[in-house]
This record gives sequence, structure tokens and C-alpha cells, in this order.
Amino acid sequence: MEYAIELRHITKTFGSVIANNDVSLDVRKGEILSLLGENGSGKTTLMNMIAGIYYPDSGEILVEGKPVEIRSPKDAYAHGIGMVHQHFKLIDVFTAAENIALVLDKHEKYDIRAIKAKAREICKRYNFEIDLDQKVYEMSVSQKQTLEIIKMLYHGAQLLILDEPTAVLTPQETEKLFAVMRNMKADGKSIIIITHKLHEVLAISDRVAILRKGEYAGTVETARATESSLTEMMVGKKVELNIERPEPVNPHLRLTVHNLTVENAEGVKILDHVSFDAFSGEILGIAGISGNGQKELLEAIAGLQNPDRDSSIVYYPDDDRDSTAEQLIGKTPKSIRDLGIHLSFVPEDRLGMGLVGSMGMVDNMMLKSYTEGSSFIADRSAPRHLAESIKKELGVVTPSVNTPVSRLSGGNVQKVLVGREIAAAPSVLMTAYAVRGLDINTSYTIYHLLNEQKQKGVAILYVGEDLDVLIDLCDRILVLCGGKCNGIVDARKTTKEEVGLLMTRLKEEQEGGVA
Amino acid sequence: MAGNHEPLMRVVKRGESPFKLKLLVRLIAVLMALIVDALFIYFVTGLNPLVVYTTMFKGTFSTPMRFSWAMRDLASLLLIGIALAPAFKMRFWNIGAEGQVLMGALATAAVMVYYGGKVPNAVLYAAMLVAAVFAGALWGFIPGWFKARLGTNETLFTLMMNYVAIQLVACCVNIWRGQASGLGKLNMKSKAGWFPQLFGQRYNINLIVAALLVILMYCYLRYSKQGYEIAVVGESENTARYAGINVGKVIIRTMILSGALCGLTGFLIVGGRDQTISTTTAGGNGFTAIIVAWLAKFNTFYMALISFLLIFLEKGAGEIASAYNLNDFASDIIAGIILFFILGSEFFINYKPIFRTGRHETLSKEAA
Repeated sequence: MEYAIELRHITKTFGSVIANNDVSLDVRKGEILSLLGENGSGKTTLMNMIAGIYYPDSGEILVEGKPVEIRSPKDAYAHGIGMVHQHFKLIDVFTAAENIALVLDKHEKYDIRAIKAKAREICKRYNFEIDLDQKVYEMSVSQKQTLEIIKMLYHGAQLLILDEPTAVLTPQETEKLFAVMRNMKADGKSIIIITHKLHEVLAISDRVAILRKGEYAGTVETARATESSLTEMMVGKKVELNIERPEPVNPHLRLTVHNLTVENAEGVKILDHVSFDAFSGEILGIAGISGNGQKELLEAIAGLQNPDRDSSIVYYPDDDRDSTAEQLIGKTPKSIRDLGIHLSFVPEDRLGMGLVGSMGMVDNMMLKSYTEGSSFIADRSAPRHLAESIKKELGVVTPSVNTPVSRLSGGNVQKVLVGREIAAAPSVLMTAYAVRGLDINTSYTIYHLLNEQKQKGVAILYVGEDLDVLIDLCDRILVLCGGKCNGIVDARKTTKEEVGLLMTRLKEEQEGGVA
Repeated sequence: MAGNHEPLMRVVKRGESPFKLKLLVRLIAVLMALIVDALFIYFVTGLNPLVVYTTMFKGTFSTPMRFSWAMRDLASLLLIGIALAPAFKMRFWNIGAEGQVLMGALATAAVMVYYGGKVPNAVLYAAMLVAAVFAGALWGFIPGWFKARLGTNETLFTLMMNYVAIQLVACCVNIWRGQASGLGKLNMKSKAGWFPQLFGQRYNINLIVAALLVILMYCYLRYSKQGYEIAVVGESENTARYAGINVGKVIIRTMILSGALCGLTGFLIVGGRDQTISTTTAGGNGFTAIIVAWLAKFNTFYMALISFLLIFLEKGAGEIASAYNLNDFASDIIAGIILFFILGSEFFINYKPIFRTGRHETLSKEAA
């Protein structure tokens, strides 16, 4: 058997944290290997060592049977290893071709025409679609990712590492990516793909290597694996993989959004006359390709945007409609809170908006409640109790409730944030990509928490990207496309294809009319 | 296996460092600084390093008077550092302490010039204090307001405000000195507005105020609601807005506080130390205090230690220069080397170097 790369007894520690402990695995030539593991199991660390970002504490790496030292990304390139990171390493103001030129060696001549010709050849060979003269800032996420892959292939990569490439793609784009991956495989290239989505693992890979808590848990042939067998290997025990969907109990109107229009600083309409109702005891899913107004929609309701004047967001506290309904437009987060309305909001940018990274759990607990009481001194005993109880109930892994939350893993950060927002006893709970980047176990914990809130009569707005989850978890799904509401479907009756179509094509266009 | 080398040295981030390790790293840093300095002293100046070190030490400790002067200078530096702490914690780069101190000093001096001897002393002190605090606060408020409302760059803004303050002081000094060649001490005869002597020195009041503010500012930043708001705004304005904090209000309020404390420092310098004013009243402390605030990571108790170190080095360098007739550069190099090692040790507290061991080569050979 010929191997593209072999890892032998790799160990890597950060301070007292062991990220990888004695990991040995190999990738055959011309195969697609899935690397699977929970958050914090050391997948990205391991890949970063192959790509020259980190250097292992001990162990060795063999490329095509020969031991090598990979000290920098340059060394990795020289050995034919290319990695596409979760956060793209592209220069926005350069064109696609100019970005490719960036990886040229010092002694190579800068000849943009030759570069383009070679890049075009690569595109033709693997069936990439890309405009080499387009600037990166004009590209969609999917196009940027394509460019990253072309960049690596241009550099002669024989082994390609893709770190969660599908997290930001629509189902259609994912299919396209997989088709390209199969072309590369047929050409004898090896690919390592990191993904949390088990159905993708089963669809694309030849073998699956599993890491558990930094240790190697084994490799299996994909043909002989199922979603539940993989989960079991990953978690170390059996996990129930069904998302519950309790029926809404006694739903009544909680929020009416009417003609909501939000413009960005350049005057472009990010939200365009969006109207919908949200009910208590219901999970309303919000689907759409990322960047189609989801973020602005939730922020507008939370009082963080300046919607146009004819927009209306009305909040109804109880069944009793007219007497105490409140118009939320024109109010700040604080004035909404002062009205006694508990809007909880789990924003997409956890450490950039929802939490303060440099502060511990305790100080983060008081982010929205520190003003309570008339004292000049902030009360920290209630937040400390809350932090302790969230740590215990949700199983947050942290050395102490005062450890800066930016040092916690993604899943634990999300538990802290969701825990705080739920503890505020909300009547409306908004979540943006609540399970992005989280492993199966933590994701199911989050779904369970949302369902609990739903049964308590909370109106939940769930912005999601995984259509399977949206269809399984939500009661109704609102689809945003180009900032417009492109339809609200019953999640119990819809299909992935229907939602996917609504995400990509405006209804009016389908019907051939222009609004 | 040519070309396959483990890097000679690489650095790895440490986790939480235990206190013992921190202490050890710092001690080694001081020791290495002394050794490198000794080499410099011996080979460049030809003096005996040990004797030079003793002289350096004398700069601060030779007589009670020397020590008292060092404390006087420490108070000025530390007070400004404390004043900068809330602004810097908010990530507002207030480079304008120099000007804010000068404005406080100018207001103090103006009250002394125009009301000295005309009102009772208690009223005069109160007027000096209020005027100084108000003038400093104004110099903080202006860049704060522009930042909050118009998003101007505070670094350039506060920096330029320094020059405005210097020119205002120069102008007033020219008016007040009249036909005299210099301004001299204000109210020389009546001593109106001069601080009373405390333990034999007027400036001991400055020291007491500085000590008090160390505690007060520490508690303000650490325990108060406003201190919490400052920390959140400093970390991320988005998070602050999400939390319902009025970001503009916090920026303006904090800059008023920072400026007001600088103004207070100006009041103390004029009333307690100089009894006069010039364009060098702040003496560059407004800039040195930036280093103090940053190194201490806004912990006011650390600020006191770092202020002491800087003053000690400054006094020591001055002493060496005069005792051995060296030029200022040589003595500054000696002090600078010590500072370099002490600051450099912070790196080794956060990171651990790992050197090539040769272990990899053996492993690979076994594999081959």
C-alpha cells in the first residue's frame, strides 16, 4: 500500500493541555479520508502540524514513505501538502490570479499571464468554475474556497487538507465541492476533510479516522460505517440521534414583524420589507444562504439596528393583544429591557458580541444585568452563583469560573452564552447559528435546551444553516433570499429541496415577473 | 537525512505560570541585566562595575533627602499613570496626559496669580483644585466627545491637544512674568496657594493623594459598575451595544475622568512641588506614564512598583553621569539595559523556549 502521508506517535501540548497524544494515522494515495472528532478532540491541531503551522513535541511525519521535518507552511508546500483553513488566507483587494501569485517562490518570475494560463488549466482539469480576474472581496464564500483550493493545487499539492469546508456552503454548493473532490481523487490526489456532518462523511470519504479527546480512536472503512457507529466511536458511548419536536402548546402571537427594512452604511437594503409573525411555544426556523439578512433581522428585533421608518416590530406580552403591545422600533436594548421585555439573543459572533472574551464566566453572566440595583458597586455574588450553576448543569469544561472565556473551546463558549440567555427567563429567544462548529453531543444539548424553552412557552427564532436540522427541529421555516422573505413553509411537510430552492431563487423571478 | 533538521529553537506558549516561576524568571532577568551591564561598564568605560552599581543605588538611597526627592518624582509619574488607567482600559489611546496635566497646572497657577492673597487660603485652595480639575476634564472631554460623536482618531487628537496646551502655557507665562526674565515662584512673598508643609515637605501631600488614588482607582476599575462598563467597551464595542451600554456616554465620561485626574495632578505639581509653572511642568511624565500604565496592565499597585523602578533608574543614571563625568548617553545605556531585561522577561513568563535535542534524528534512524 502506498501512503501519501503517515503520522507516527505525534504528541502536541499547549501548556498543560494535551491537544494530541500519541496519534498515529495514515492517508493512502488517491483516497479521501474524513477526520472526525468532537470539538477540542485535536483535529485542527493535528492538521496544523502537517501544514507547518505548529511543530510537534514528539513523533514523526512521513511523506511518501520518507521522514520529513515540516517547520513552516513553506516546507509543507515543498512536500506537496496544502491546507484550506476555516478562515481563508486571501487578500481581499487582490484578484483571484494575484492571490495565486502570492504563493510563488522568491526566484520565480511574476508573470500574471503565465499564472492565469496554468490556473485555467487546473480549473479545466478538475472542473472548477472561477473568474480569475475577479477581486476577492466581490466573491461569495464558496468562490473564495474554490480559489483557496486552486491556489494549493497550483502549488503542486498532492495532499489537500480541508478544514470544515462545508460549514459555510449551501447544499448545492456542497454537492459541487464534492464533485470536484472526486475529480481530484480520480487524478491520484489525497484529501483529508474535517467535517462534523456525518451524512457528508458517509457520502464523500473512503475511510474515516476518529480522534477522541486528543487520542487516536481508530480508522474504519466508510462502506462499513453508519452514522450511529461513527458517533459511538467519536463519543465513546451510544448517542441517540433523533431530534425531538414537541407539538406547540397553546401558541399565541408574540411578535409581529411588518415591512422590516434595514439598510447598511452604503444604503444597500440588507432587509427588504420582511413581514412575519412569531408565536409562543413555537420554533420558527430562519433559513438562507449566509449573508442574506439573517444577522440584521435578529439584530433589528434586539434593538441593534436602525430600521427604516415604515418598519414595525410589535411585541405582545400575553393573549391580551392591544392593551400592552409594544412597538420595538426605535428602542435600544436597554429601553426594551426596561419595559420588562426579556428578549434573549445568542448572536452569531459569540466572542465579538455575545460575550467578553477576556472576562471569566462570572463577569460574563452580568453583561446584561450589571446595572441592577442602585449601588455604585457591581454585585458579583448573584452572577457567581449563576456561573457555578451553568457550569454544573451544562457541563462547561473550564478550570475556573474566572478563567477568560476566550480560552474555552467553541462548544463550551456556546454553552456559557446559551446558558446565560436562557437563565434570563426570556419570552423571545433568538439564536444565530447556535450549533455552528459544535460537535454532536453539544449540538444535541443545545437542541434539547431549545425544546425545553419552547415547551415553557418561549417564542424561538432559530437561524440555522444545516437544512436537515432546521427541518427536524423547527415548526415553521422562514426562508430569506436577498434580504426578502421568500416564503414560510411548514417544517413538518417541506423537503430539503424545496427549502434549498427558496434559498437560492426569488419567487418572483421563478414566476418570471419583476416586483 | 541532509536538510531535515528540527529547528534549533522554537517557542511554546505556557499555560498559567505559577508565582514561583514568575519570580524566578524576573530574578534571572535582573541578574543577567547586571552581568551585561558589568561587561558594558568594564569594557566601554573602564570603570569597576560594582562601584558603579553602588553609585547608581546612591542616586535614590544615599540620603533621606535623595529618597524624598525620588518619592516626589514618583508621585507625579504615578498620579498620571493612574489617571491614564481608565482611558487605556477602555482602549482609548489617551496620549494627551501631558497637555491635560499642563492645563490643570495652568488653571491652578492662574487662580494663584489672580486671587492669591485676595481670598482666604481655604477658598483659594478649593478654587485652585476646582479650576484644575475642570481644565483637565475639558482637555479630556474634547477628544472624547469627538471620538464618541464623529469617530475621530483619539491618538492624533489627544497628541495635538498637547501642543495647544503647551502654547497656552507659554503665552500665559509671558504675560505673567512681565519685565522679569523668568516667572520665578508664584506669590513668593505671601506664599498664597503653596501647600502647607507636611513632615517637612510640601510635596508629601502629593504622595498621600497618590497612595489614596492607587486604592481608589483599583477599586473603581475592579468593583464598580462604571469600571465594568469601561472593560466591556474596551474589549468590544459590539458587545457593549449588545449589552445595552451607551458606548458614547461611557467614552465621554471616562475621558472626563481621565482628564480630571490629570488636571488634579497639575494642581498638585504646582501647589505642592513647583509653586510655579512652565511648559515643562509635566516634564514628559505624561508620556512615561503611558509605559507605566501599560506595563502594569492597568493594575494601580503594579503601577506604583513600575513607577519606582523607572524613577530609580533615572536617578541612578543621573548619579553615574555626574559622579564619573560620563556623558548622559553612557549612563542611559546602563539604565536602559536593565529596563530591557526586565521588560524582556515578560516574554519568558508567557512562552517557553524549547531547544533542539537530537531526539528526532535518532527516531528517524530507527524508522529507516
